Amino acid sequence: MRRLINLQPNRVLKIALGIIPFLLILLVYQIGSDIRKAENEQDKLLPSFAEIAAGINRMAFEPSQRTGDYEFWEDTKSSVKRLSIGIAISAVIGLVVGLAAGAIPMIAAPLSPLITAISLIPPMAILPVLFIVFGLGELSKVMLIVIGVSPFLIRDILQRTQELPREQLVKAQTLGGNSWQIILRVIFPQIVPRLLDAVRLSLGAAWLFLIAAEAIAATDGLGYRIFLVRRYMSMDIILPYVVWITFLAFTLDWCLLKFSRVVFPWYHAEK
Amino acid sequence: MTAFIQLDRLSKHYRDNVVLENLSCKVAEGEFVTLVGASGCGKSTFLRLLLGTESVSSGQLLMAGKPIEQEPSPDRGIVFQRYSVFPHLNVRENVVLGIEFVESKWLGRLFGKGRKEALEKADELLSAVGLEQARYKYPHELSGGMQQRLALAQALIKKPKVLLLDEPFGALDPGIRKEMHDLVMGLWRQYGLTIFMVTHDLKEGFHLGTRLWVFDKVRHDPHAPNRFGSTITYDLSLQSKDKALTIAAIDEINAQLQAVE
Repeated sequence: MRRLINLQPNRVLKIALGIIPFLLILLVYQIGSDIRKAENEQDKLLPSFAEIAAGINRMAFEPSQRTGDYEFWEDTKSSVKRLSIGIAISAVIGLVVGLAAGAIPMIAAPLSPLITAISLIPPMAILPVLFIVFGLGELSKVMLIVIGVSPFLIRDILQRTQELPREQLVKAQTLGGNSWQIILRVIFPQIVPRLLDAVRLSLGAAWLFLIAAEAIAATDGLGYRIFLVRRYMSMDIILPYVVWITFLAFTLDWCLLKFSRVVFPWYHAEK
Repeated sequence: MTAFIQLDRLSKHYRDNVVLENLSCKVAEGEFVTLVGASGCGKSTFLRLLLGTESVSSGQLLMAGKPIEQEPSPDRGIVFQRYSVFPHLNVRENVVLGIEFVESKWLGRLFGKGRKEALEKADELLSAVGLEQARYKYPHELSGGMQQRLALAQALIKKPKVLLLDEPFGALDPGIRKEMHDLVMGLWRQYGLTIFMVTHDLKEGFHLGTRLWVFDKVRHDPHAPNRFGSTITYDLSLQSKDKALTIAAIDEINAQLQAVE
């Protein structure tokens, strides 16, 4: 008998084992829903799959009676737009500041303690400040993501830059490179795939800040919708929205990984 | 002998830790000096002094009569044991970078005709080190020996006066190492280089150089191991005809190194 730690599932078994927990959750949900429905047909806490399908249909495939929009898609559009703008701005800040500080000790000295301090501020605590300063429009929602995510990105990129082998920088100097050339040709191209890694890690936080901001002050967006229909206990809408958000988060992460693998094969081969 | 590199009562210490003390020596242009010694004897520190990433604490280290620059520069090429090549550039781009740094001040990158000429120069060097077949490969696709060949080509494109090798073949298989020895000897003659090579392998040191330096401590204080630094205890010319003398010296040095370790 082989040891348990040496037993490997084969491909088919591995996929099957991966799917089973999801099916189990659906099954448990179905049973729970049935039990509650048997007691009270009007129960809203665990809607049946048919009710959820109807909810999806109402939100995604029928125009809203109030505005005439397809609300599900409008919400998705607004949220994804805010998220991508926020992430893009954060990534640029993280790259520029992190790279500069990581490569140039004279920049790191004044910046590093400041960034550490800023990254310890809970972004949610200054959300009211953002609303006061930037108003209740799009800007404050994007700013929350930027403030929440960019200190992490800066610190990560700073560290990754300093982790590049010292030998490479010495070598580049013996090849006659000046500081700017070395940053541009040696450090920057090697940091970009590391930035993509960092961005992927920060996506969870970015979604958190987005939904929080939308819940508090917005007129559309996935987070806004969830918190709106909560008042009517519309689990038939909340649940598919949550699944949809999860799916979007997964897709974004997967796309970034694929992109990185295609564009920076040397980086993934190295690891 | 006209001195190209001159060490004049050179010492190096970090606070209380004395690494090197009182080194005085002259090296002529075109010599191939191999540096051996037990680990922690300061031979790599000495190489870093030559490279310019460390500075001497007292005494002088002169190159062509002037103190060595306190920064790495193109007149002193380097090959490390690892991480000498850039993983994000292919073999050709790795070599061309040395030309691009000079000719394109702001972008560090050449285009069109300039790039073509630079690539031709790079290809010449790549065939000199036997990498012409691997021109479009990335470092992660190369074996350890090929990566070191690339690192040599990279360094040579700058036409350095001095080539510093920091245990360049330490991580390679014995068979490959032999090939690399032949390569380095060939390049040394062809380009008229002055080479300083740090190695763990005493045999390698004897086989390659024209001159062998053994680094060791002359004085020991058992209560304060860092109180005294290493110096050059043997400075052997390997070109002398007297083989018997050299062989006797090997045995003696070997015994000494083993005693230390």
